[in-house]
Formats: sequence, C-alpha cells, structure tokens
Amino acid sequence: VTAAPRLGRRRFLALTAGGGAGLWLAVVLPPRAEAAGAEAALAPNAWLRIDGKGVVTLYLAKAEMGQGVFTAMPMLIAEELEADWKAIRVVQADAHPRYGTMVTGGSSSVRRSFTPLREAGAAARELLVAAAARRWGVPPASCRAEQGTVVHPATGRRLGYGALAADAAKLPVPSAPALKDPKDFRLVGRRVARLDTPDKTHGRAVFGLDVRVPGMRHAVVARPPVMGGAVAGFDGAKALRVPGVEQVVQVPSGVAVVARSTWAAIQGREALEVRFEPGPNGRLDQAAIARLLAEAPVLPRPARAEGDVERALAGAARRLEATYELPLLAHATMEPMSCTAHVKRGAVEIWAPTQAPSWAVEPVARALGIAPAKVTLHTTFLGGGFGRRAMPDFVLEAVQVSRAAGGPVQVTWTREDDMRHDFYRPPGRNELRAGLDAAGRLVAWHHRVRTPSARRQIFGGPPPSGDERPDVVEGAADVPYAAGAILVDCAVPELGVPLGFWRSVYSSQNAFPEECFLDEVAAAAGQDPLDLRLALLPAGARLRGALALAAARAGWGTPPPPGRARGLACHTSFGSHVAEVAEVSLERGKLRVHRVTCAVDCGVVVNPDTVEAQIEGAVVFGLSAALRGEITVKDGAVVQGNFDDYEPLRMDEMPAVEVHLVPSAEPPGGIGEPGVPPIAPAVANALFALTGKRHRRLPLRDLG
Amino acid sequence: MARRTLVVNGARHEVDVPPETPLLWVLRDTLGLTGTKFGCGQALCGACTVHLDGAPVRSCQTSVEEAQGKRVTTIEGLAGQADHPLQVAWAAEEVPQCGYCQSGQLMAAAALLAHTPHPTDADIDRAMAGILCRCGTYNRIRRAIKRAAGVAP
Repeated sequence: VTAAPRLGRRRFLALTAGGGAGLWLAVVLPPRAEAAGAEAALAPNAWLRIDGKGVVTLYLAKAEMGQGVFTAMPMLIAEELEADWKAIRVVQADAHPRYGTMVTGGSSSVRRSFTPLREAGAAARELLVAAAARRWGVPPASCRAEQGTVVHPATGRRLGYGALAADAAKLPVPSAPALKDPKDFRLVGRRVARLDTPDKTHGRAVFGLDVRVPGMRHAVVARPPVMGGAVAGFDGAKALRVPGVEQVVQVPSGVAVVARSTWAAIQGREALEVRFEPGPNGRLDQAAIARLLAEAPVLPRPARAEGDVERALAGAARRLEATYELPLLAHATMEPMSCTAHVKRGAVEIWAPTQAPSWAVEPVARALGIAPAKVTLHTTFLGGGFGRRAMPDFVLEAVQVSRAAGGPVQVTWTREDDMRHDFYRPPGRNELRAGLDAAGRLVAWHHRVRTPSARRQIFGGPPPSGDERPDVVEGAADVPYAAGAILVDCAVPELGVPLGFWRSVYSSQNAFPEECFLDEVAAAAGQDPLDLRLALLPAGARLRGALALAAARAGWGTPPPPGRARGLACHTSFGSHVAEVAEVSLERGKLRVHRVTCAVDCGVVVNPDTVEAQIEGAVVFGLSAALRGEITVKDGAVVQGNFDDYEPLRMDEMPAVEVHLVPSAEPPGGIGEPGVPPIAPAVANALFALTGKRHRRLPLRDLG
Repeated sequence: MARRTLVVNGARHEVDVPPETPLLWVLRDTLGLTGTKFGCGQALCGACTVHLDGAPVRSCQTSVEEAQGKRVTTIEGLAGQADHPLQVAWAAEEVPQCGYCQSGQLMAAAALLAHTPHPTDADIDRAMAGILCRCGTYNRIRRAIKRAAGVAP
C-alpha cells in the first residue's frame, strides 16, 4: 500500500527538478538541522541555499494554486545563479518574517519578485565566482559561472558550486549584484516544464485535505446558515451515538463534530441537534440588496473628473444612458476549504492551503494568546485559490477546533459549507451615461459604480469619503479611452454579506459595464466597435496593440461562420493588457461560445506556457460566471449549495481558446487575473452583434 | 460494523467500517490513499472518480459494500511499471494547474481509452463532461487524450 504523504513536525514540501523519478514529494529537513555539510552551506539570503554537495535548494514564499509560481520563481533565481536546472530543489517556505509579507494575490508574485529573486540568485553567483577566483588567484572578471560550476576559460579550470559553497559563505554578500542583460536569458522566456506536474498526475501532490498528521482526527462544523447568525444552543447526544464520533465542541464559528473519519464527522453533524439565531441579516434578500445598491448615496468626491460632464452631456447631440447589474459570486475552488491544526502547550502547528500565511498568523496568535513566533504554519498545495484562500477564517476555525477538542484535527468543509460560507464577489449596479456630438464623436463619459467595498469590510477603516480612492472603482476610474469629459464616481453601501477578493476583484465587475457601454456608443454612432476603440485609445498604448493583435487573429472584419457573431473587449489590470474576441451562437435560447481569441501584453514573459495556461483558465473562469454564475440570498442565507445550482463550465461547453503574446521588453505584468475581465463583455457584445438585443445583466440568462 | 475485504490497486485490505460508508472516505481516511479527491459529495464534480472493475465510478456515491469483491483502481494505481500513456501525455501538454481535479480527469480518461481507444470529440465530451475543472484545463485535457490515443488533434 502506498502510504499517504505525511507532513510531520519541522518538515517541508519539497520538489526537485531532477530527471529520473522526476519531481518528487519529499521530506527534507530545514536548513539548520541539515547536519551534513552544514558549515559548507552557502545561504546568502532567505531564498536559496547551496550545500557542500552542490544541491541548490530554493525556498518559495508564495503559494502554488495553479498559477505556476513554483516554476516561474525558481526560473528567476536559477537564471541569475547559473544553476543547473536539473539539480535544484524547490521547498515551500513556512510562514516566517524573513520572507516579508507572505500573501499570494493581486497577480503580484512574478511582478514583485522579478528583480529581488534575480538579485538573490546573482548575489550567490558573485560569491561563488569570487571564491573560485581567490582559490585560483585570478581576477573574478576572468571567471564565469555556468550550469552549477565556475569556470576559468583561460586555463580550463572548473569547480562545482558544492566545492565552493564553504569559501563563498565566508565572503561579504554583495548588496547590488550585477543582473544579466535580458538578451542573455537562457531560462526566462522558455517553455520550461512545470515542476509540479508529475506529482499532480500521480496523486502525490499534497493539498490541504491530504495532510495526515499522527493522531489526527477529522471534524466538520455546523455553522449558522444566516450570515452573521449565531449558535443559540445544541445537544450533541445524538451526534455522539454515530459510530466514530468522539466529541462535539462549540467554537466561535459554530459547533464542531470531531470523529475518527471525515464521513463519521459528516454523519454526526447530520444527527446533531443545534439551534441558531439569525442575527441582524435574517431578512436580507435579493430585493433588499438591490435597494441598498440603488439607494446608497454617491460619495461627494469623484474618483476621476476631467472636464464638465454635465455640460458636455447637455450640449451633446445624442445622449445614451444604461444600467448594468452584476450578481454576488462564490469562488468555488475545486478543493473545498480545509485546514489541519494542532494546538500544543503555548504553541500551535498548522497545515493550511492558504494564500496568506501572514494574514493568518496574527489572528491565530491573538486567539491563543501566544506570540506570533509560536505559530508554525506550513503551506500545502492549494486546490484553487481565486482569492478565497486569502481569508484566514478557515485557518483560525481549525485552530479553535483543535484547542477545544485537544489534539490534532483536520477540519473539512463540505461543498455546501464552502458555497454558503464564502467571502463573495460583491454585487454591483453600474449607471452609465455618454454623450455624442453631431459627428458621432464621444464627448462625455460618466460611469457611476454602486457596490460595497470588500477592502473596507475586511480591513476596516472609516467609511469611504472619496478622499482616498476606493477599491470599488478599480478598472473603472482608469477608463483608457479619450472620451471627452470623464466622470467616474461611486456609491458604497454597507452589506451584511461577507465580501472578498474574487479573481481580478473590481475589474471583474467594472470591465463589463465599461466595455459593453462603449459598444452601445459604437452602435449609436454607427461605428465598428474595433474602429471606435482604436480611435479612442492613444497611439502607442499597449492596450491598443493587444486589441489590434486579437482582432487580427480573430479575423475581425471578415464574415464569421454562419449563425455566429463576434464581439470584443479589452481591459488593463494588474499591469497587463488583454483583449479578447468571442465568437458565439444562440441555439434554442442557449448561448454557445465557440472560440475566444486573446492577445496579451504582460511585458517580459517568464514562462510562455504558463502565461497561455493562465489566460485559458481565466477565460473559462470568467465564462462560467458570465453564463451561469449567480449567488442569491434568501432570508439572510445563501441559496446555492453545490455544483448543480452553481455550475461551472463543463468540457462539452468549452470554446477553442487561442492566446497570442505581444512581444515586449517592459517589466512583467500580472498574469493570474488579467484574462478574466474582458470575457464577459466580449461575449455580451457578441450576443448583441448576433441578436441586436443588448443584455445588461449577468449572468446572461433568459436569452429567448 | 463488520470487517470487509477491499482489493485496491491489486492489494487486499481488511477494513472495519459501516457498509454504507462511501468508498471515497475509506480510500482517503482508512487506507491513506489521498490521491482520490473530495469535491462535492454528490457525484456532480467527478474529482473522486476511481475504477470499479475498470469502469469509472464516483467513489463519493459508491458504498464500500458495492466495492466489495471488485477491483478498485485509484490514481495511485494508474501507472504500472511505467507511466500510463495518459500521464505521459498530460505532462507533454502541461495539463494541470492547481491539479486538484486531475486524478478524476485521468481516471475518467483512462476508462474512456480502455473501451474506446480512438475517441472522437463527442466521445471525449461524453466521458469527460462530468469532471469539473475550475482552472480551465479542458482544452489541454482534450489534446492530451488525443495525444495518448494517437488520434489527430
């Protein structure tokens, strides 16, 4: 029998890039316990370590949730280190202040690491070269590093990194190591095979739910169905009669049933008698949410004001006005929330599929009354993140269950738990107005965003006044078009629904009204949607280049296949510029997306295959939401529970997706999120092109 | 409870669980075979797909009693002496992103190829539409199945 991978105390997830067995999951000791060759190790910074045998270990402080950081980040270090790619090992770093803020989000991993990780590798390379030069008594400049060795070409001498590590460790670490000219990159820009693939095709990758700790028990939690509700009382007697159930304990989030297996815990919760009180949100429903959005006061200071929109509208030959609506959305990661925790005397050890160790350590330490340094947090692979796993609720809850139950416990969320206790993508109402002059030119653009602030709900702070730019106008305030007078303002109601970050955050909302309404302007002006955008985007704008490329590759301007129509949209977010063209048909009321052509300008590309995969994935993620995604609230509780009433796109509905990259030497932009915003408006615009009817509400239902 | 014998990936196991226990939880919690994933508990996502005498089943809806006397194959048993052709193709096409659904995807694809060695697109749709992927790896999965089957992309 293959034993389940176990992650014991002071052990790490480790991967190697070596051949043979390929990438493996191993148990490796942390640096200071690695006795063999300890003195010989070169560890000039938190990111890498080279031992006396030449083994290069890279410590990754970002979470791998499918976006490829476990390959892209090693590529950046190895590029400058001149490491032998096959000899590197990749280790998931435990939570530690030495890594700064450990949060994986905002499509920032490669963007923010591009220079620091290259410098980390370059510093080690300079030390190794200096150590070799000293040993040979030659100038460092006469030596060079390649494939894990330092060579002296004039004499043909070579020394491996392992043989130089001890000497190099005694030298001062250079503060400003020289970085390569990008034209000399040998890894960056190549289709390097992902390091995590073999584990993920053999069932070996350890996700949060796969952690097995000695003595561990399984728990599920009965939580109040109404958002903001509380436990009024419970009787665990019937639950305790279920075979395998051992304890029923109350925790702040609900009542936990602790058992010898997950199934016993689930059965125990079925038998549990528990009463909840609804709290302040017991009457919240869709009508109440719609009212909150429509009636919230507009903040006095606009996010953007250029020219006099009211005057421009008053003087316009033609005025357009439209309201666009977007629903609450769940993340629905394939792996439901889970966390394993072991509260000990004055300390805790946690194994969590989290995007944000740094945001979890603090609340855990506070809840237990211990120092943050006493919180050991191991990050596992994440079975999808999409922003959900940035929230610390599921980590804190597992810690509380472990404390109440005594001993190591894995808390599993069922799909229904996950769907009904999410931090949702906020709902939105967008009111737009535009004015055209007699020649059909755009002279006024007003976008009013009505949606609650996730940032304020999560991080607190005073009510938004408009003095500081609110998060809700992301993707709206930076409307890239030369639209004459521009006004972007917002109304930011409080909502009793837990809100969070959902892949591309407010750009996931604001690109839809912006890009659809611009299409309405094109139709009103009798202009082609592509021509209008190209006319309104500044010459040389990177978004313009992406748009032109996507349109060309999609065959824009040529007749689509019979029964189909095309629509396009473009958007800039997280430092990247993406345009998408959707080709759709409508058969017996069912909208089908046949083909999506994408063009991306994300600056320097680290791994083209990963960029393509992220855009493909973003298109599917955005399409699932555009075609079907909707969370509704009734009597304060989320109605949807599983993949029957919140159903992502399936394989038989999958369009062909082409991704074209704009060659660029600009610094890297993000890639995990920017592919999401354009897809909903591209599809809605294609639907308009097909039917002549404008749909202003997501999901695109009831198409008749 | 009574002791039951399960044959998983060719190995016999005695397990002591109630007869209605889903095979999924016996594999994961009793036998420690965590490659088979929990996604929905309602046969809606297919992450828990395993083979019962070679046929794909949702292990979250298959009781341990139903699995008795049959050969259970999980992702851990898909490769023999060498990787299954699908595992080779999966790597060549760089299919996985987060990877959580991939055990179910591979087991469903392996069952498809076992009885339909040269699948059409419609065959692939029929066999694979029950397995959800939130990362959007569907097109790569289709290419990988065709690559393993040696049919034109």
